[in-house]
Amino acid sequence: MSNIDIKTLTITQAKKDLKTKKYSAVELTNAYLSRIKNLEPKLNAFVSVTTEEALKNAKEADSKLAQGIDLPLLGIPISVKDNFSTLGIKTTASSKVLDNYIPPFDSTVVKKLKAAGMVLLGKTNMDAFAHGSSTETSDFGPSKNPWNIKHLPGGSSGGAAASVAADEALAAIGSETAGSIRQPSGWCGVVGFKPTYGRVSRYGVVAMGSSLDSPGPITKTVEEAAQILQVLAGQDEMDATTSPKEVPDYLSKIKNDIKDLKIGISEDYFEGVDNEIKAKVEEAVKTLEKLGATIKKVKLFHPKYAIAVYTIIQRAEVSSNLARLDGIRYGNDRSFFGEEAKRRIMLGTYTLSAGYYDQYYNKALKVRTVIVNNFHEAFKEVDVIIGPTSPTTALPLGATAGQDMFGEMADMLVEPSSIAGLSGINMPVGFSKAGLPIGMQIIGPQWGEEIVLRAGYNYEQANPLFDKKPNL
Amino acid sequence: MKINVSKIAELASLPLTDEEKKKFEAQLEATLEYVEQLNEVDTKNVLPTPQVTGLENVLRDDTTKTSLTKDQALANTSSQQNGLFKVKGIFKDE
Amino acid sequence: MSKYTPIIGLETHVELKTNSKMFCGCSADYFGKTPNTHTCPVCLGLPGALPVPKKKAIEWCIKIALALNCEINEFSKFDRKNYFYPDLAKGYQISQYDLPFGHDGKVTLSSGKTIHIRRVHMEEDTGKLMHEGNISLVDFNRSGVPLVEIVTEPNFNDAQDVKEYLQKLQQIVRYLDVSNADMEKGEMRLEPNISLSTNPKVLPNYKVEVKNINSFRFVEQAINFEITRQTEILEKNETPAQETRGFDNVKHKTFSQRSKEDAMDYRYFPEPDIPPIRFSKAQIDQFKSELPELPDVKLKRFEKEFALPDYDAEILTREKSLADYFEETVKVGIKEKITAKQIANWIIHKKINIDEVVPATIIKQILTATQTIQVDDNELEKVINEVITENTQAVEDYKKGKETVIMFLVGQVMRKVGKKIDAQMVRKKMQEKIQ
Repeated sequence: MSNIDIKTLTITQAKKDLKTKKYSAVELTNAYLSRIKNLEPKLNAFVSVTTEEALKNAKEADSKLAQGIDLPLLGIPISVKDNFSTLGIKTTASSKVLDNYIPPFDSTVVKKLKAAGMVLLGKTNMDAFAHGSSTETSDFGPSKNPWNIKHLPGGSSGGAAASVAADEALAAIGSETAGSIRQPSGWCGVVGFKPTYGRVSRYGVVAMGSSLDSPGPITKTVEEAAQILQVLAGQDEMDATTSPKEVPDYLSKIKNDIKDLKIGISEDYFEGVDNEIKAKVEEAVKTLEKLGATIKKVKLFHPKYAIAVYTIIQRAEVSSNLARLDGIRYGNDRSFFGEEAKRRIMLGTYTLSAGYYDQYYNKALKVRTVIVNNFHEAFKEVDVIIGPTSPTTALPLGATAGQDMFGEMADMLVEPSSIAGLSGINMPVGFSKAGLPIGMQIIGPQWGEEIVLRAGYNYEQANPLFDKKPNL
Repeated sequence: MKINVSKIAELASLPLTDEEKKKFEAQLEATLEYVEQLNEVDTKNVLPTPQVTGLENVLRDDTTKTSLTKDQALANTSSQQNGLFKVKGIFKDE
Repeated sequence: MSKYTPIIGLETHVELKTNSKMFCGCSADYFGKTPNTHTCPVCLGLPGALPVPKKKAIEWCIKIALALNCEINEFSKFDRKNYFYPDLAKGYQISQYDLPFGHDGKVTLSSGKTIHIRRVHMEEDTGKLMHEGNISLVDFNRSGVPLVEIVTEPNFNDAQDVKEYLQKLQQIVRYLDVSNADMEKGEMRLEPNISLSTNPKVLPNYKVEVKNINSFRFVEQAINFEITRQTEILEKNETPAQETRGFDNVKHKTFSQRSKEDAMDYRYFPEPDIPPIRFSKAQIDQFKSELPELPDVKLKRFEKEFALPDYDAEILTREKSLADYFEETVKVGIKEKITAKQIANWIIHKKINIDEVVPATIIKQILTATQTIQVDDNELEKVINEVITENTQAVEDYKKGKETVIMFLVGQVMRKVGKKIDAQMVRKKMQEKIQ
């Protein structure tokens, strides 16, 4: 029954509707599957649409609903980025190397989502192995930005962000190494939340930057991001880098006001940014001020250095993490790697090689310390730091061609917080004259999920944009 | 500085065509030049941070868990023989 | 006397007998199991799998290091050793590079020679590669099993010392009960590097590594073969190639392997998936206190405490289980006034199966063997006279000076009596009679 107005749905609303039997989980899922079928030829947001699995999940959800069982995401149709291992379901990381790989296990994130009752709609498209900020390096063709299908959705969680923006999914799961949740969310006009590194388990996520990768939700609203985070957060015995820190009740405080909030603004983060974006973000900051927050100028370590730090650390870790892909136990051989992957592996190998370790990798790790300390100092003065998410709005298809550091350059503004392992959110703040979404990022300290969510929620309530929809 | 692309490709077990090697050589050198910026940052007496979590001693007990079945382990390979993964001959080295 | 001194260093790998593998929950008991039945995403190197280290394996590694008199690094970490090989599932081995758990230890050989231990570290094992014609086959059951690597300085100069060191090392890890260290099963593996020098104080400019030696016997053969082979090359004024060689245990010779072993660049970097390890001095002292009494200390104590000769003490302390059994038996024997030496003799010469015979039984056995029965003096007198009468020739011989004949005569008396009587007493009486 596609009478369901999925465009206006939130997780809370859908759960309510399912409980009151306004429609069944199967009907809800079919509504999304139908929309996916309709839009995919245009958007290419999905690598695989898991119709069978989705309906199976939905039927189970209906059965549980009938028994009066409630689970945090029962019957909620979700898309998952294709670097999250899904048991029995093809997981490709959008790479030809893995185009036939079917994991015999679920990533911890997927396991938790299943336990929470989700309906898996499909696996979303990404930059191959997450190597990029456009989704243009996907081996299966780029995804398109729902706001203008001649433009890119950003990346690497481009398919995930597009699926939410286009209402192909009620929510999506993405991952961020440096910008891969926040930037595509910014370009697609949705909420993207990157938790603190170590808050959500990486077990089963095709590794990119081991010391950086952070799985997180992409949703239409802040409350939904908090709801999903609540399901995902927590220590995992399968991931030694997850924190034993207790998981707070994220929803309990997001609706409190922000009269106590001290917001830090760094001029460097507005350098080289499109004027329209600057203007909208400044406007957003004023909105926050009106809500009671105080603004303070902070001097942050210039983000340009973060590009170099990130490039080295990430590519070094990538070169090692992709070594297991030798085609012996699974996947195709290494000649199937795309150009971007090969390039990153080569650089990573070089910077770790004998004689260069101190000059590059170790030096980058030291500058990382400087960045970590710099944020630490800044967060003594302020509670959150705000700036634009991306220096540009969504670029047109083909924009990344011939740019061999595109991803790392484009993500300059989000890299410092990723390198330091901090939490951050993208908030939609408006649109450019060309009708492309503009995003603002709110960065919090390590384990600062609650304060980031509260700031985001308050802003969102003052400037709700989720009713504006792309013309698809 | 001249990067020995062939040697790096060999270390990385990446089969590259001559054309690719040439292209990568230029790109890699450009990237390396860009990251030279790091030398502008004073890191004297600064210790490296390989791990931002600050965690230590994350250790597990010596208990066993169920393994994958043989079929599961072999399910994704395109080359097997008698329950073993098959590769083309390596010289004797065991 | 050769003008060349062999300079030999050893790299030994000891497989720990933990229940589970080093970084995952698969059973570590892989020997003889159906291939590829003990794997999981972690040890099979599937995308997204992550390693979580085992506490017990690390503690055992530290204990091995302490038993080898090493310094322990209070702060330590794992590193990735990157290289490609079909049996290396992740394309890197998780090992330790610059902060091994143990370093700068030593082992003293019976000659008094000191072997310096450079480092003791933890790593994971690879899968097993088998060759069949022009294909190779891989079994990942062994992938991820915990290994402790022990590296010595090039202090050895002959195969004998190498063998002794290995036997000591094997004994120590068995005492610690952390490994069965059975070479034939691959639980203890050895890679000597061997070169020859005209000046024992100067390291030569090459070294040859030998792999695939799986018994103590082959160790000697391999080393001696290498020494001969290298001598021949040096005599021609050439330098042996720096390479890795395998050992053919049928032909008893080493052979060249076509491996590209020229200074492999492993691109070590700290393992980002595993937080570092930190032990306090108090914890390390605790580990030290948990070490059992080690073989050479126990041997010296046995010699002193039980007044045993070196020969006996060595046999009794060869295996901890036997040493413990011996001490237990000595305790039990005190009541019956059975001496430690008696027990030692009994155990050593009677080849007791200590798994089947309890200490109390040993004591009983010894008692029975040594116990003498009293016999009536007149009875004995009668028997002695009988024997003298029946063996006149022997008596004559004794009188003539053939002293040893007395034992024969005593034996005859013992036989006639048919019971265990005091032989010394019989001998005395016999001597008195015949004199």
